Amino acid sequence: MIKLFKVKEKQRELAENASGGAPVKKQSAGELRLHKDISELNLPKSCTIQFPNGKDDLMNFEVTIRPDDGYYLGGIFLFSFQVSPIYPHEAPKVKCKTKVYHPNIDLEGNVCLNILREDWKPVLNINTVIYGLYHLFTEPNYEDPLNHDAAAMLRENPKLFESNVRRAMAGGYVGQTFFPRCI
Amino acid sequence: MAESAATQPSRSRDLDKLLLRPGNLVGPRFEPSAQLRDDVQNHARVLVVGAGGLGCELLKDLALSGFHNLDVIDMDRIEVTNLNRQFLFRVEDVGKPKAEVAAKRVMERISGVNIVPHFCRIEDKDIDFYNDFMIIALGLDSVEARSYINNVACSFLEYDSDDNPLEETIKPMVDGGTEGFKGHARVILPGVTPCFECTIWLFPPQVKFPLCTLAETPRTAAHCIEYAHLIKWNEAHGGTAFDPDNPQHMKWVYDEAAKRAELFGIPGVTYSFTQGVVKNIIPAIASTNAIISAACTLETLKIATECSKTMSNYLTYNGSEGLHTKVAEFERDKDCLVCGPGVLIEVDTSVTLQKFMNLLEEHPKLQLTKASITHRGKNLYMQAPPVLEEMTRSNLCLPLFELMGKLSKDVIHVNGMTNKNNQKVSCLRKLRVTFKGVDGVTDMDTAGGA
Repeated sequence: MIKLFKVKEKQRELAENASGGAPVKKQSAGELRLHKDISELNLPKSCTIQFPNGKDDLMNFEVTIRPDDGYYLGGIFLFSFQVSPIYPHEAPKVKCKTKVYHPNIDLEGNVCLNILREDWKPVLNINTVIYGLYHLFTEPNYEDPLNHDAAAMLRENPKLFESNVRRAMAGGYVGQTFFPRCI
Repeated sequence: MAESAATQPSRSRDLDKLLLRPGNLVGPRFEPSAQLRDDVQNHARVLVVGAGGLGCELLKDLALSGFHNLDVIDMDRIEVTNLNRQFLFRVEDVGKPKAEVAAKRVMERISGVNIVPHFCRIEDKDIDFYNDFMIIALGLDSVEARSYINNVACSFLEYDSDDNPLEETIKPMVDGGTEGFKGHARVILPGVTPCFECTIWLFPPQVKFPLCTLAETPRTAAHCIEYAHLIKWNEAHGGTAFDPDNPQHMKWVYDEAAKRAELFGIPGVTYSFTQGVVKNIIPAIASTNAIISAACTLETLKIATECSKTMSNYLTYNGSEGLHTKVAEFERDKDCLVCGPGVLIEVDTSVTLQKFMNLLEEHPKLQLTKASITHRGKNLYMQAPPVLEEMTRSNLCLPLFELMGKLSKDVIHVNGMTNKNNQKVSCLRKLRVTFKGVDGVTDMDTAGGA
């Protein structure tokens, strides 16, 4: 197709004369979808979102959860979110930055929430994930344990579990593990 | 015989059958001639992205199909496990950049071919680099990399005022992919056939195991490996990020996985399986690469010469039980944010962001309320969350022209609410904004529309 070669020459001329300047790589589809998620966020009062890198970096942000019910009432828990350019093909990466005594969050901050891994679907969004995290605090469950000891305690002795949670949140030891104050 | 007497008997004998003779299945603008063959040799620059299993095949196939000006880009170095199928590499090449060795080997074997290697990440090249090629051939193994190149290629695309793509701005891509005995080859003509983003749902999501299964109830060797990789590594190494290309890291994960497998009586944890799980590797089959590459090369030749119509537009191949192959015609997502035309909107340079948002509400095609607007990665206004609304509120009284860097025209993306069947639904739209009376824009648009 000789024409294509000629057409390409024309394109070069066009590019040189273009008033819009050189083409710029567009935002990835993932960034645009995230923009939509963020601009439509509708969070409960107990959850707030922060953007440490300013208003133009939406791909890295933090969420603070202050549970208003349940064992963790009064605690303040910080989560970091990292969103990939192929979002929502891939779930956001979420870590809990506050050390917490919790059956579904381990001491490294890994979170066992089904929609972050095996049950992630592109129709889900950031709002769902934040609600999911909030839910972990109002209804911790011992059936998906990441912190084995905390899960066993919740299952076998909820009263003691509750006092362990209070002690950890106030800043103190549960067993051999020290938890910094997060109230 | 008459034919071979007329032209010098040459290496291009088979190619000449396609390019020097007329035919019934040719494209509408096909003009058979020796000139065409020479133009392919001399002027058609093709970029091969990836110099791995597919990339090696593509370079060889393209060079033998008459493309003599090739570039290849790859950030990887040769590993010993590549040698069974990445046939351009030898044992003594282990550790060298794939792009450089692949280019050198093909040039040694096929005279007259010039291949420029680029040993770097695809993101390291600026966008103009990609614009210099007539066609981009992809031999990649990740969704991320495809998505990136697709985004770059689509960013050259421009539409006229009737939303028809301007042909000279179409950057064709030919994409190959293989997984074991399965593969695909597809032709992406941005603005004409579906782009990668239009059909991203074709890619199956990665299998991810629940963390609690890994922590509590491992049942398979892969569970043990992912436990060591995702949980145990951070426990033991705190700050150090796991590097899948660091053999010591991999060995550590393998050792931990083996211990755990023994504890739970699970068989099957080996070093190579550990690599496979952690790096998400599916064993590659040389013949699949060869078949897919051949299909891609043929399509590249067809795009360049129109010696035949290109396939429409997605070929699948499955050689795992007998052989099954077919071509499916996928459709474009007309609202695709990456390759779609978006909505053309013309405004005065004096219009403030607030006024512009009012215009979006009144615009018959859009009727878009509660707009949040982003331009080249800068958030001009965000409706939510409150922290971002506050940070962007002061932009509302500024002219859009200034907020967009005084460009005469550019693309912005708007998210908001619109009416659909009398219901408020959320939508995300691409807009092509042009400013009235700024140097020559109107001229160009009418030229394109004519």
